[in-house]
Amino acid sequence: MSSGSGFGDEKGGSSSVGEPEYGHDPASGGIFSSDYKRHDDLKEMLDSNKDSLKLEAMKRIVAMIARGKNASDLFPAVVKNVACKNIEVKKLVYVYLVRYAEEQQDLALLSISTFQRGLKDPNQLIRASALRVLSSIRVTIIVPIMMLAIKEAASDMSPYVRKTAAHAIPKLYSLDPEQKDQLIEVIEKLLADKTTLVAGSVVMAFEEVCPERIDLIHKNYRKLCNLLIDVEEWGQVVIINMLTRYARTQFLNPNVNESLLEESGEKAFYGSDDEEGKEEKAEAAALAKRKPYVMDPDHRLLLRNTKPLLQSRNAAVVMAVAQLYFHLAPKAEVGVIAKALVRLMRSHSEVQYVVLQNVATMTIKRRGMFEPYLKSFYIRSTDPTQIKILKLEVLTNLANETNISTILREFQTYIKSMDKDFVAATIQAIGRCATNIGEVRDTCLNGLVQLLSNRDELVVAESVVVIKKLLQMQPEQHSDIIKHMAKLTDNIQVPMARASILWLIGEYCEHVPKIAPDVLRKMAKTFTNEEDIVKLQIINLAAKLYLTNSKQTKLLTQYVLNLAKYDQNYDIRDRARFIRQLIVPTDKSGALSKYAKKLFLALKPAPVLESPFKDRDHFQLGSLSHLLNAKAGGYQELPDWPETAPDPSVRNVEVKDSVPEWTKCSSREKRKEKKVEKPFYSDSEEESGPTESADSESDSASGSGSGSESEESGSGSESEESREESESEQEDKEDEEDKRKKKKKTDRGKVKAPAVESPESEESSGAEEKNRAQKVKGRRSGSESESEEEEESESESSRSESESESESESDTDAKKKKKAPVTKPPPKQAKKESKKEKKEMSLLDLDDFEPTPSPQVTPVNNFLSSSLVTDLEGLSLTDTVMAPTTIAPSGSVKTYELLHRITGEGLGVEYCFSRQPFSPDAHMVAVQIMFTNNTNAETKNLHVEDPKLQSGMRIKEFPEIELLPPGEMVTVVMGIDFCDSTQAANFQLCTHIRKFFVSIQPPVGELMMPVFMTENEFKKEQGQLMGMNEISEKLTLGEKCQNEHGIVQRVTSAANVSRVPCGSDKECRFAGKTVSSGILVLVTVATKEERAAQLTVNCEKMVIGTMLVKDILQALTQ
Amino acid sequence: MIHSLFLVNSSGDIFLEKHWKSVVSRSVCDYFFEAQERASEPENVPPVIPTPHHYLISVLRHRIYFVAVIQSEVPPLFVIEFLHRVVDTFQDYFGLCTEAAIKDNVVVVYELLEEMLDNGFPLATESNILKELIKPPTILRTVVNTITGSTNVGEQLPTGQLSVVPWRRTGVKYTNNEAYFDVVEEIDAIIDKSGSTITAEIQGVIDACVKLTGMPDLTLSFMNPRLLDDVSFHPCVRFKRWEAERILSFIPPDGNFRLLSYHVSSQNLVAIPVYVKHNITFREGSSQGRFELTLGPKQTMGKAVESVLVSSQLPRGVLNANLNASQGTYTFDPVTKLLTWDVGKINPQKLPSLKGSMSLQAGASKPDENPTIIIQFKIQQMAISGLKVNRLDMYGEKYKPFKGIKYMTKAGKFQTGMQRPHVSCVKA
Repeated sequence: MSSGSGFGDEKGGSSSVGEPEYGHDPASGGIFSSDYKRHDDLKEMLDSNKDSLKLEAMKRIVAMIARGKNASDLFPAVVKNVACKNIEVKKLVYVYLVRYAEEQQDLALLSISTFQRGLKDPNQLIRASALRVLSSIRVTIIVPIMMLAIKEAASDMSPYVRKTAAHAIPKLYSLDPEQKDQLIEVIEKLLADKTTLVAGSVVMAFEEVCPERIDLIHKNYRKLCNLLIDVEEWGQVVIINMLTRYARTQFLNPNVNESLLEESGEKAFYGSDDEEGKEEKAEAAALAKRKPYVMDPDHRLLLRNTKPLLQSRNAAVVMAVAQLYFHLAPKAEVGVIAKALVRLMRSHSEVQYVVLQNVATMTIKRRGMFEPYLKSFYIRSTDPTQIKILKLEVLTNLANETNISTILREFQTYIKSMDKDFVAATIQAIGRCATNIGEVRDTCLNGLVQLLSNRDELVVAESVVVIKKLLQMQPEQHSDIIKHMAKLTDNIQVPMARASILWLIGEYCEHVPKIAPDVLRKMAKTFTNEEDIVKLQIINLAAKLYLTNSKQTKLLTQYVLNLAKYDQNYDIRDRARFIRQLIVPTDKSGALSKYAKKLFLALKPAPVLESPFKDRDHFQLGSLSHLLNAKAGGYQELPDWPETAPDPSVRNVEVKDSVPEWTKCSSREKRKEKKVEKPFYSDSEEESGPTESADSESDSASGSGSGSESEESGSGSESEESREESESEQEDKEDEEDKRKKKKKTDRGKVKAPAVESPESEESSGAEEKNRAQKVKGRRSGSESESEEEEESESESSRSESESESESESDTDAKKKKKAPVTKPPPKQAKKESKKEKKEMSLLDLDDFEPTPSPQVTPVNNFLSSSLVTDLEGLSLTDTVMAPTTIAPSGSVKTYELLHRITGEGLGVEYCFSRQPFSPDAHMVAVQIMFTNNTNAETKNLHVEDPKLQSGMRIKEFPEIELLPPGEMVTVVMGIDFCDSTQAANFQLCTHIRKFFVSIQPPVGELMMPVFMTENEFKKEQGQLMGMNEISEKLTLGEKCQNEHGIVQRVTSAANVSRVPCGSDKECRFAGKTVSSGILVLVTVATKEERAAQLTVNCEKMVIGTMLVKDILQALTQ
Repeated sequence: MIHSLFLVNSSGDIFLEKHWKSVVSRSVCDYFFEAQERASEPENVPPVIPTPHHYLISVLRHRIYFVAVIQSEVPPLFVIEFLHRVVDTFQDYFGLCTEAAIKDNVVVVYELLEEMLDNGFPLATESNILKELIKPPTILRTVVNTITGSTNVGEQLPTGQLSVVPWRRTGVKYTNNEAYFDVVEEIDAIIDKSGSTITAEIQGVIDACVKLTGMPDLTLSFMNPRLLDDVSFHPCVRFKRWEAERILSFIPPDGNFRLLSYHVSSQNLVAIPVYVKHNITFREGSSQGRFELTLGPKQTMGKAVESVLVSSQLPRGVLNANLNASQGTYTFDPVTKLLTWDVGKINPQKLPSLKGSMSLQAGASKPDENPTIIIQFKIQQMAISGLKVNRLDMYGEKYKPFKGIKYMTKAGKFQTGMQRPHVSCVKA
């Protein structure tokens, strides 16, 4: 490159003139006398062969462009440098070109060949920037060239170039909309791209070119959901907004069927018989469509994958997720967004402004969501006025009977503010609170009347206007206020306030018969000096008085009407003429005058003071249209929920009809597939590998390699697995055929409802854990992380694995699993379930509770009695899971009362021992607590406080329940370590207003958990627990439990123990261990002739043993 | 998406324009100027202004309006957030984001804007990537470039664009490897005249300055992570790990960045470190008023309260104030009626006070006696929420980095003085 010595040559002159200009504003033209000359100079520099001179010239030209000065006459000189080697010069030339190409189309064409060459450059940055510039040149002639370039770039090796191609699509579309069809093809292709880099840009292109082609999304839906967290933030916003719309067309309204949930209980039994399982399922799936709502697993996937983004640093992303939840989530889950939105309020004031607008809309629909954050909306004196007014709006929307006194107190402070617009808005807000909340209407009215004596006229005027509106609701009771206001006419000058007072007096002149004529008299005097609105009201007042009290006011009215007749304003003249004809009876006056009284003194409905944000939510929240409350160009309506869900199978990535078959057969009928399947992991990796290194695979691999969490790698694996599915299909099918014949399964899976899909995925994910170790070994080292992924597995991947797992399962297990009810929670819950779904109680957001596999395995197949009991129990549990936050206990679980609804002032609390391992702490007993709000007000901030425990006891509180709407029920799980004693755990249950002292006392049988052991182990253990540790008792069995089944049922319901196989049919054995210290508890019931029996309990802790004997005895003898 | 961008200074001149699609005439800004005129204060210009053919979305930073022109539906926050990102980038590049700085670096600004948006859609906004594409101007580099003819523009695609850690550039090398973390907490509070807290929240951030060689993988754990109620992260933080273990695990960007921001809203956790006692009285009919104000520390855990600045908007009727400060200096602007008192450090032994008289406009009615008092302060070496970093570990690299953590508490929007009426007052 040239060096400093270049200044010596013939161009030196011009450059040295240019030198001192460096960094200065070239447009100021201090040195050059005319534009012409200056440009001449620049041209000369551009023609030089020194890059430094060229650069200098280009910098000055760009500076001109930046200032908005015209530099178009330099076009020929600049365009010559498009092929310049110096990259900065080149970039600046690009900037120039894009700016002026439209004006100088012919000359711009000269540069095209350079870009075409650039498109083939080995450097991806150059390829990309060539495409960027080429597509930014708005010259119609080159449309075919652009089209070609875009198509080529769409299959470029480099994802960066593909991203640029996605950006180029809308550019070309805006230049020539005729290309739409071809562009859609490119979009379709790019939508299938697996890299996060491309995803955001192509969805952007989709939104601009063909937002109506929702069908293009189906196949990519799951991929987009899974990639989302790794897409750059701007792409996330676009994708989330698009997916919101998509979900509205594809899924059912989660809030539509809430009341029907209870009915689903009976369905628990559908799965009870293995052979019938399938039929039942199909039926139930159809049923599910009509009756209880079951969330599509894909719908759940979207909600689950967007939730972490509430933690984004980017306000736009947070807002996008918030609107998604607002529009798509079940009512009980929407609450999560409130906290994030409140956090955004600390951001820049522009962000606050937008967020507050959206919060205002949300608070109208879901007030409860923001109530806990009321104080975050308190107004600071330093807030800009527009923010203050929006906060005021939110506060008004949040006001209800319980918080109104606090809010009014705040409002009182605001009235003292120096910001007059804000004060006026506050008074309006008080008015609205008064209309909305009947209890405080009088308080507000009195407060406002007090304001009438305020020193500030504006305050007074605004109060008058608001009082007028309030009085209209119940004028009879407030004639004194009207009188008071009548007096104000002497002082208040604000026209609107005067007009309001006059209207009030006219309207209710009968309540103030003495004052009204006097006011009219005064007004008649000042009539000519009044504002127009006041004049109109004076005429109205006169007319009304004339009709009610013509004796006193006849002359006054005539006088006023005469004055009005000659007024400058024609409205007033017209009004006067009209009224005179109407009220003053003359010969000519028609039939109308008879009705004059009815016309003027008709009962007027009170105005409804409602929020300007009412019903704004028909616009998609967070959108420009919502903010402006008017449809902006290019706004896509948020569609209504469909009546019936469109076919969910369209989102399956494989060939359509084979998928459900595959899924259906996977877990049970195909057990031999594992060996075949495994290699596909590696296969698929190899296959997609060659495209290039930076593709999705490497993304996910390196992501997980460098320790990134599975959210990253999960995204990659999803697509891999889907591919693998389609590949393995062939083999699968063959095997399938046989199996199907054997098992006589009719193929009903082709149109699978979403509800049917989930059980399998659930099963598989459970079994996965088992197989994990095995699998990891089987795989290439590169995919180490996949074991992690599986925990995260979405329905898709788990489905692919389900077959492999089933091999290792025993027959019974598989059967039992089939009994899983038809309506299952979507994969979100499924993913973390243990394989024993009968124990399944984990719910939507109880992610903390990860049930570990229960040790209670019943290995003997004919051991139906006890396992059936527990099964059924489990089934009903899982079934009710549909209600998003409630776990209704099944009938066989005993519930205890924690707080009666009378003592709890409407809050009823029950608890039961769910007998589920409490995962955060294995030494704790899981206690499931059910809150029912029987009041008609919301209960908030339910939490535990101040536990009073015996020494050694510990308590793990449930997460605070922020809100319990009236009539709703919510269930939570807490853990208590009772230290193997039946001492009660005392604590306080707090709501936002009250505290209740409660205590939980466990029956001794709940302090243990089942242990599986063989007969020999049992005998061995029993042998060690003789003497003092053995307690025996003779008993006579109760009438209903003479057979084995009855005994097992009684014992297992009295104590959380599991049955131990036993050779003799005279004996039933049970084993368990205490939860806290893991001490064995062995129970034996030996039956004898008649109804006599002997109960033996072996336990190291005699207290437990004694108490347990007592409890079981009672259970058996009843 | 974003069609054009105009930069408008406080006197209403457009000093920079940039178009990403076809050119929009700058006359579109007239609608903005109209709105600006209507607004009483600069910050009251509505951020979104509809015009017949376009929508103007603007942000105000450093007394410059960044006005984006939009033609069709786009989430307003998307644009606002992007504009703020632009400002942040400028600040990062030029140190200051003033009109002069932008004018001086107009070419770099233009190059940056060109890279940040393509066809109005954000392309590269990560500062680490941008810095590889366009090197920030320094005096040294300017000199070198003039001599060697090399450029400020990178020739290769920044590696970050394609990697899984797009926020970090590769090949970072330092001789001194160091990682500094600043835990800065701001207290937002509204305190009643009687000293009871109406609302108080803590906004905290952890800003990091990480200069480490290679690809370090850091974990930062807290003694009391439960305090962090509501958090937002830099994209580098692994969310799942946080959810599961409450540990921050991340591969940091190179240089300065904001690791996370958090929010502590539970009021009983928020200790208020200073108190204000004030008494402002006016007598009816007299043209004199009394002014008394005393400050004192409370709940500061033995740390000094520094850089205290008190300001108050006195009632309009006040003509002048004749006060006596026991320490520091005070000023009273008779035009804006703004009283500011630069206190400095609070000495717990000798509490600072400001006392004196105010003269009132003759004949004016008795002004309101409870003006808002806004307080600013700083407390070093303490995070008021009690948040404590437990340890910082580095994996993936062999060297031993130098680690440092600093705590600081500041007043955010801290206001006191207003009298809250009792409920009974409302009931009249």
